[in-house]
Amino acid sequence: NSGVVCLLRPLLLDIVPSIRQTTALALGRLADYDVELAEAVVKAGILPQLICALPEENRYYKKAAAFVLRAIAKHSPQLAQAVVHCGALEMLVICLEDFDPGVKEGATWAFGYIARHNPELSQAVVDAGAVPLLVLCIQEPEIALKRIAASTLSDISKHSPELAQTVVDAGAIGHLAHMILNPDAKLKRQVLSALSQIAKHSVDLAELVVEAEIFPVVLTCLKDSDEYVKKNGATLIREIAKHTPELSQLVVNSGGVAAVIDCIGSCRGTVRLPGIMTLGYVAAHSENLSMAVIVSKGIQPLSICLIEEHEDHIKAAAAWALGQIGRHTTEHARHVAVANVLPTLLDIYVDTRSSEDLKMKASRFLKALKNILQKCTYLPALEPLLHEAPPNIMKHIIGQFSKVLPHDSKARRLFVTTGGLKKVQEIKAEPGSLLQEYINTINNCYPEEIVR
Amino acid sequence: VFALVLHYRAEKYYYFYIFRAIDEDRKLKYNAIVKIQRWFRACRVRAYLRHLSKMTILIQKWWRGYLRRKHFREIVERAYFIKKLKFYNEMAVRIQKIWRGYYVRKYIHNFYALKKYLEAVSVNNELVRSELQEYAEMREDEEKIKDLEKKEKEKKYQARKMHYLLSTKKIPGIYNSPFRKAPDPMELLIRNSKPLTHRKQVKSSFADELYDWPTCKKPPAFVSSLPLLPPDRQKPQGPFRHPAEVLQQRYKPLEPTLRVRESMNSPAAKTRAGTRGEEWKNPIHDNEFLQFSSYHKNYEKYEPSLRRSGKYGQEAYGTKHFREVYPEKWIADK
Repeated sequence: NSGVVCLLRPLLLDIVPSIRQTTALALGRLADYDVELAEAVVKAGILPQLICALPEENRYYKKAAAFVLRAIAKHSPQLAQAVVHCGALEMLVICLEDFDPGVKEGATWAFGYIARHNPELSQAVVDAGAVPLLVLCIQEPEIALKRIAASTLSDISKHSPELAQTVVDAGAIGHLAHMILNPDAKLKRQVLSALSQIAKHSVDLAELVVEAEIFPVVLTCLKDSDEYVKKNGATLIREIAKHTPELSQLVVNSGGVAAVIDCIGSCRGTVRLPGIMTLGYVAAHSENLSMAVIVSKGIQPLSICLIEEHEDHIKAAAAWALGQIGRHTTEHARHVAVANVLPTLLDIYVDTRSSEDLKMKASRFLKALKNILQKCTYLPALEPLLHEAPPNIMKHIIGQFSKVLPHDSKARRLFVTTGGLKKVQEIKAEPGSLLQEYINTINNCYPEEIVR
Repeated sequence: VFALVLHYRAEKYYYFYIFRAIDEDRKLKYNAIVKIQRWFRACRVRAYLRHLSKMTILIQKWWRGYLRRKHFREIVERAYFIKKLKFYNEMAVRIQKIWRGYYVRKYIHNFYALKKYLEAVSVNNELVRSELQEYAEMREDEEKIKDLEKKEKEKKYQARKMHYLLSTKKIPGIYNSPFRKAPDPMELLIRNSKPLTHRKQVKSSFADELYDWPTCKKPPAFVSSLPLLPPDRQKPQGPFRHPAEVLQQRYKPLEPTLRVRESMNSPAAKTRAGTRGEEWKNPIHDNEFLQFSSYHKNYEKYEPSLRRSGKYGQEAYGTKHFREVYPEKWIADK
């Protein structure tokens, strides 16, 4: 801030190469530390001088220059835009073609930070012709370079389907799929995240990713000791399973559901979230798939998640997933109800309703509850709900009772002995409303004396 | 009437009452007669109307019968046709019902296939879970082994560093307290380890540059000038040759024999090809020369002359060593 940048400027053009290198390194460290310093560096017009003679410089200078560019670009989209304006992208591409792996790593990292911010910058990176070189970088033997290249590809392809298609056209999927087998944990993280960013955009891209034969290798990633590898693996499976029922079927057939369920059981916290959403998506497609999820013992971990987790969005996701499982037929709802999930859901719903700012989450719990209740004919599970439910849920419960009780005599007897009939009489409903009709139907099942 | 009349005493009204009685009598009778006649006429009219209606019914009956008999055939055919249609519809509905039930149960909502599929899914899940479990256990084992090895390496390094704590004959070391029955395992470790010498490891980057000369036929020109190793380097103890000599030997140019130098297709080679078979059959050297095998060590042991043998076997001086060095006393190479 004390004019350091202006002092460093002439040193960049010094004759001695090691002075130039050290200056570039110093500028990079300054820009890395703080946004304002980075802006000062940009405003001082250093970037064009930095990169003007880059192709002729030695590898240490190229590394330092790439470090400066990356340190500036990482702070905000405007700074990254400024970097792009100076024509840095062509120079970085030249760096990518260099032989030294350190230079390539620096250039790849800079590309990654530029492409991260928004689709236009990613498009600029792609237009500079970086993607084929990045795919070549992935095949290099150095692990650090592979990591950075994978993370850059992931950043490029996350914005839009066209960018993902460009990455796929460069032949990235084969190499990325091959690298899943690598034992390095950080590399696996980046590779899985890259594949999931590619697969998330459309059915065709997801099918392309699946054709690279990632199943069942991806399932071994779900058993890795590193938490984020598990999370990214579950994200990848989620992005694939969410598009069509056929893809979900593929996931189920390769045993992916079992692996995801085990993964949910073994993790804690936000790491579980993609796994939960995978189960929800798979179950949402059709009732056979939902039955497959139930058969793979999926309800138990989800109910444990509901109870144990403190974060609201994880609870909401678990409730949504349970709603998707239970909403298809009475069999499904029965399985969900047997697992004693409904009282928990009700409690959470009542809690979230009481705090005003969680309205959206509350509505999600409500929808999940409604979906399950509309198909649930398992009366022992509905009994405890009868005593505590708020009115809008009460009408569903009473509706279910009114559907089942007229036909089942044993259930009628049970209903009376457990005090359900008394509770029903205590409910006040407007005459002519749906609730009143249900209550009438229930009352008609019993002789007059008992009702009174 | 007369009875009535007799009751009245006044005789002046005698004819009046009689005539009145007779008149009332006459009126009564008149009304009755009119009633009877009326009733009878009504009966007649009713009988007539009945008759009329019977006749009309008869006529209509005959007329309708006549009409029906005229169109009888058509009517019967139509009724028959409708009956057949209804029957066929019934049967068709029955067939469609059975077929649709079968089709849906077999292809669309095939319960047994679904059950089998779910069982297969659970079996597959078990398989996948067991395999993943094995994989996880394998990884854990590998990590444990790596940890163990690391710890071992650490321990060994520590032992090498603390080699000076070894116990001598007179003074027991730290780990070999005289009150213990057996020395501490650390003591044994130190005994078995080489002492750590902090010699500077000189990395010769010059060696990398030599690798860029893969097909050099003579040693690189800078060999003789020797800027290779840092000038203030301590010369290592030991009988090391001068690096220039070593390099010269390493990069000695290839001097092939005459036979190797000649090409395969030269006349001399071709003539030699004829005698090759004979050479194979009658080799000069029966014992094949094996360059690097331990054949020499094991089977071609040097048999010393009687002159050089000592009292207790062969004396090492003159064969094994030629100087006054005592390698048993060296500790750095143990």
